[in-house]
Amino acid sequence: MQPNHDALLLPVALGVAAAWVLMGLAGFVHPRSVRWVARVIFPLGAAGSVVIAGVGLLALFVPPQHLVLPMGLPGLPMHLRLDALSGFFLLLLGAASAGISIFSAGYFREGEGTAPGLLGMQYHVFLAAMSLVLLAADAYSFMLAWEVMAMASYFLVISQHRIAEIRSAGYVYLLLAHLGAIALLLCFGVMMQGGAGGLTFAAMRQAHLSPLWASVAFGLAVIGFGAKAGLVPLHVWLPEAHPAAPSPVSALMSGVMLKTAIYGLLRVSFDLLHAPLWWWGVPLLAFGLFGALFGVLFATVQTDMKRLLAYSSIENIGIAFAAMGLALVFRGVGMPLMAALALAALLYHVLNHAFFKSLLFLTTGAVLHATHERSLGHLGGLLRQMPWVGWTALIGTLAIAGLPPLNGFVAEWLLLQAFLVTPQIPQPFFNLIIPLGAAVLVLAGALAGYVMVKFYGVIFLGRAREAQLAASHDPGWLERAGLLWLAAGCVLLGLLPSLVLTGIDRVSALLLQHKLAQTGNWLWLVPVSAQRAAYSPLVVLLVGLLVIALTVLATHRLYHGRSRRAPAWDCGAPGLTARMQDTAEGFGQPIRRIFEPFFQTHVALPRPDDAAPRYRVQVADRFWSQMYQPAAAAVLWLTRQAARLQQGKIAIYLLYSFVTLLVLLMVVIR
Amino acid sequence: MNQSISPAALFVQLVAVLLSVLLAPLFSGWVAQCRALLSNRSAPPLWQPYARIAKLLRKDAVLADDATALFRAVPYILFGSMVAAAAIIPSLSTDLPFAQAADVIALVGLFALARVFIALAGMDIGTAFGSLGSRREMLVGFLAEPALLMVVFTASLMTGSTLLPTIAEALQSQKLALHASLAFAGVAFVMVLLAENARIPVDNPTTHLELTMIHEAMVLEYSARHLALVEWASSLKLFNYACIGFALFLPWGMANRADGLLWLLPALPPLLLKLAAAGVAIALIETLSAKLRLFRAPEFLGTAFLLAVLGLLVRLMLAH
Repeated sequence: MQPNHDALLLPVALGVAAAWVLMGLAGFVHPRSVRWVARVIFPLGAAGSVVIAGVGLLALFVPPQHLVLPMGLPGLPMHLRLDALSGFFLLLLGAASAGISIFSAGYFREGEGTAPGLLGMQYHVFLAAMSLVLLAADAYSFMLAWEVMAMASYFLVISQHRIAEIRSAGYVYLLLAHLGAIALLLCFGVMMQGGAGGLTFAAMRQAHLSPLWASVAFGLAVIGFGAKAGLVPLHVWLPEAHPAAPSPVSALMSGVMLKTAIYGLLRVSFDLLHAPLWWWGVPLLAFGLFGALFGVLFATVQTDMKRLLAYSSIENIGIAFAAMGLALVFRGVGMPLMAALALAALLYHVLNHAFFKSLLFLTTGAVLHATHERSLGHLGGLLRQMPWVGWTALIGTLAIAGLPPLNGFVAEWLLLQAFLVTPQIPQPFFNLIIPLGAAVLVLAGALAGYVMVKFYGVIFLGRAREAQLAASHDPGWLERAGLLWLAAGCVLLGLLPSLVLTGIDRVSALLLQHKLAQTGNWLWLVPVSAQRAAYSPLVVLLVGLLVIALTVLATHRLYHGRSRRAPAWDCGAPGLTARMQDTAEGFGQPIRRIFEPFFQTHVALPRPDDAAPRYRVQVADRFWSQMYQPAAAAVLWLTRQAARLQQGKIAIYLLYSFVTLLVLLMVVIR
Repeated sequence: MNQSISPAALFVQLVAVLLSVLLAPLFSGWVAQCRALLSNRSAPPLWQPYARIAKLLRKDAVLADDATALFRAVPYILFGSMVAAAAIIPSLSTDLPFAQAADVIALVGLFALARVFIALAGMDIGTAFGSLGSRREMLVGFLAEPALLMVVFTASLMTGSTLLPTIAEALQSQKLALHASLAFAGVAFVMVLLAENARIPVDNPTTHLELTMIHEAMVLEYSARHLALVEWASSLKLFNYACIGFALFLPWGMANRADGLLWLLPALPPLLLKLAAAGVAIALIETLSAKLRLFRAPEFLGTAFLLAVLGLLVRLMLAH
């Protein structure tokens, strides 16, 4: 590519962001017309997504681009920068949101909450804000875009604001978003003071912070970005907000917005802060691994399909944080190759998650529209009624469960390879403890399989648990196209890991000045050395398919291959009903018993003489009752104390002014 | 890798896979025979599993009215993934070109893939038993899978590789010594093998008592060729597990990458000997132990997981 063409990338990305805002505004031409907003504007938005994904892809392979916009604060124009890290996340944003926008074009209906025009505006401003977060190169523009992103997503979450639960879910989200934003403001404040004191990222890169202040900045960044990403214990908004939001919004938030937090933490800890302390990785590893286990355990006991996926997001974010922690440790102790391996696992994982989690959230949306049911207890057997949704959901299910040859497995594989070299870390004792992290990781991975069998089996397999499910049917072609796009992404990312890693290597080169020692080619993934490990999903798949084809041929050619249909075997006891299938509660029950200390369980057993017995189980999150409620109570108590100052009498307020004046005079005169 | 695969290696690969696929029912038959002899019953003939597979293949398949395409596809997927797994695991020779495509992590992934698919098939018909069996299978699996990974990680840490043939070669060339870490890993591995292959004390392959069964509950709806493939895949899984055990803990007697084709022949008797001994051991364990209540199964597997982690720790702390 010519250098003068490279310079166009950043303006094009900016142009797409601006176009998104304009598209949002164009929705107000016919704000109540679903046909105008959904069928015209959303496909245009998807086209913008494809363009921005292309920009991100090209940006991986060119040197960083800069742009200064003649707007912003006085004396501080907005700085933008497009480098490999931004490019990778732009690619993620574009590729995932293209599928989501196409799906949304068919999804949004008349008379569901917010008017279509307003919803389209919020949606496209949300997209534009996320792309600006990735492009911003000074603290002011970053925070501006960050807050616009938070607000736009808040309004999207409460689009059905007439329901009180949804309003309160939105409130929790807003509260944690602001808690995070405060931490980020403080973090940027700390990073500013080290060097020239500029707000730009370039100035922060030059700054020389003492290890103490750098660690403070890092800690604040972990809190700030962790709140957005859903790092345990700052995760409580996720299981509330995702079921509340419309499904495409859940997909966008879980698939893409959580990743902007990962981007931010990578930017701060690998790019802006120049004090590679190895122990920074330790809290990330600890919180990440705990979060992964916590998230997946809670996912097993959920009965609401979107809440289940929200907890699964908490798990996946935990894994991402653990990978980042590992990369930080490796970088800190001077093992850049291994740091690149862990970083590759992290980036691969977030890219995968953008695809499969968006896909699964969209399938829940399609199920929700077809059945008006979110509770797993009322679903079942939908694969027969909704084959398109069912089969694409199966791809997402297998991918998220981390099974070869799909994409989830590649990231798991890379991360386990990274964990396997941790004994070489020259930190005594610590290097003995982290391999145990691998134990937690594989346990969480195996539990993810459990969760996804429950998710898929209860919704799509078996018999319909309610009679009206027989009327459900597949969505229209726009929704199918969106689902297919994301499912194809899962398959391709799984089958061509070496190609994906060539792109990811550019990010490693930028952040770590080191690349993976890839000795494989497009077919074989050899991240470190051929003696150590190799993986080729395409070969595995082809061999598997060959065996299957031969088996089918043998059973049908050598033997007759006849089959007939009959009723299912009822063990001699007629009257088998769909209600006798395992329920979502039943599927989670063994996990609830084995990991009892994790859960706060309330079981209400009926009395033996109850004529209409009801069995109720409620599983609550301990963090609510033991962290958030005490904190809320403490804040309430403090405000009550402060309220004592307010007597409502003018004389008292005058007295306050007088005393303040006296105190100030004393200070000044002394 | 980049270097071209020699025809000889490809031939070894094919022979090894075919041998595994064909020997697997014999191994299951041998275990069943040992069990019968140990419990004073008259034993079924060794070729009983073959006869059963042949009989099932000839029959008309009966599908439940509600069965989807997934249900019909699962036996083939199951069989395919088990054959692919057999291609990775060194049994006769460590010269397996296909093993470069999938290391131990991918191997565990293949087992997980098979487990998820059979569990989904169990839920597909919508009977009470099927979903019950699926839930229990996943319950056993989510603890057995990490335990198995920890076992192979212990061996990986000792040899610096995750490729099973490389691990086996490295362990083969070590001088004979009792490694504490491998001892822990070995015990954990045997426990995982029993649990994953639906053996006593976790499950009973011969029971049809509804309250206790796991594996049989899931495959209750399968018949004819589908059932034949499921059973063949099950016996292949047991065979694969046994061969993983040989590769990790008894790697002697296998042909090496440097050896020629003729070395396959002297590698056969040690393999058969090891298989015979493993069959006796499995039958002995099954005869001597009682089946656990289902809720004790997680404790059993939790112990296996902790033992495997302990093996890893011993390896890390004492380098032994």
